Amino acid sequence: MSAPETDRRFGPDDRLAPDAPEFGEAWHAQVLAVADTLITSGQIGAGDWAAALGAQLRLHQGEGADDTESNYYVAALAALEGLLDGGAIVSAPDLNSRRDIWARAYVATPHGHPVLLSAGQD
Amino acid sequence: MTSYDSDKAAKIQAHLHSHLPSEPALRVKALESLLVERGLVASETLDAWVEAYSEEIGPRRGAQVVARAWVDAEFKARLLDNAAQAIVEFGFEGNATGDLKAVENTADAHNIVVCTLCSCYPFSLLGMSPPWYKSAAYRARVVREPRKVLAEFGVDLGDDIAVRVWDSTAEIRYLVVPQRPAGTEGWDEAALAAIVTRNSMIGTDRELVAGAE
Repeated sequence: MSAPETDRRFGPDDRLAPDAPEFGEAWHAQVLAVADTLITSGQIGAGDWAAALGAQLRLHQGEGADDTESNYYVAALAALEGLLDGGAIVSAPDLNSRRDIWARAYVATPHGHPVLLSAGQD
Repeated sequence: MTSYDSDKAAKIQAHLHSHLPSEPALRVKALESLLVERGLVASETLDAWVEAYSEEIGPRRGAQVVARAWVDAEFKARLLDNAAQAIVEFGFEGNATGDLKAVENTADAHNIVVCTLCSCYPFSLLGMSPPWYKSAAYRARVVREPRKVLAEFGVDLGDDIAVRVWDSTAEIRYLVVPQRPAGTEGWDEAALAAIVTRNSMIGTDRELVAGAE
């Protein structure tokens, strides 16, 4: 997956740069929102989350992924998926199946219309 | 009879793909919809979380805490003794600040915070961590060569100033209390809070400036 053009490189802040949004992309915020909400409700442990995220960051770094914000969130998503699969909360097959339904729904829905899950179901 | 126009087909294909979210965005959407369907999270909770961390919860919170520590010696003592308890006075507590430790910069000591494992951060107090805080480069280098990293942030420490590196975990997170700059005598808390930078509360900034926004 190539990084989007807007991907923010890491480095000390540029003091003259205009204020950047807290999240580069909407899904970055959603990953953390889901993880933090599940930690707060006790579905996943804070320590387990840190360990899983740390392991994914090391894995991605070992595979030569660029040290960018997008790749951080890709690792965060992988950590979340792994914890939910391991905890039998959302299995990988269930997730993949739901992903495919959403993909079909997006393709089947004309621009400007709300995308509903039902549009991707057979 | 129908004819096949490859150029037209390619344009249609590109149009369809442009409508499709990126692969991670699609997977997050799938995950979220399953969790909501199973009653494990509520859409409203997630929306409120994103809105709060996009707009409301940010380093201004930490700056208010620092400003009070500068003007109120008793509060400062409480903050350094038990930061998690002290920030309850502001209503800034959250699950990421359950065990919070405040560490104070002095004329001869500088504190800097990192999470070498992942990106643990007191985000109910400081908002989202800056992109560089999550980077592999920062996480690895700040422990090995803190003075060099600080220099890259524009902080040149003399040899007479000790550097303490604090490694955050899921269990304990840190707030650096920077030194109050000269020229701010008599300022109220709001004016003082306005000159506290996010980086100074992580430790990648040191000399705050009176009059800076």
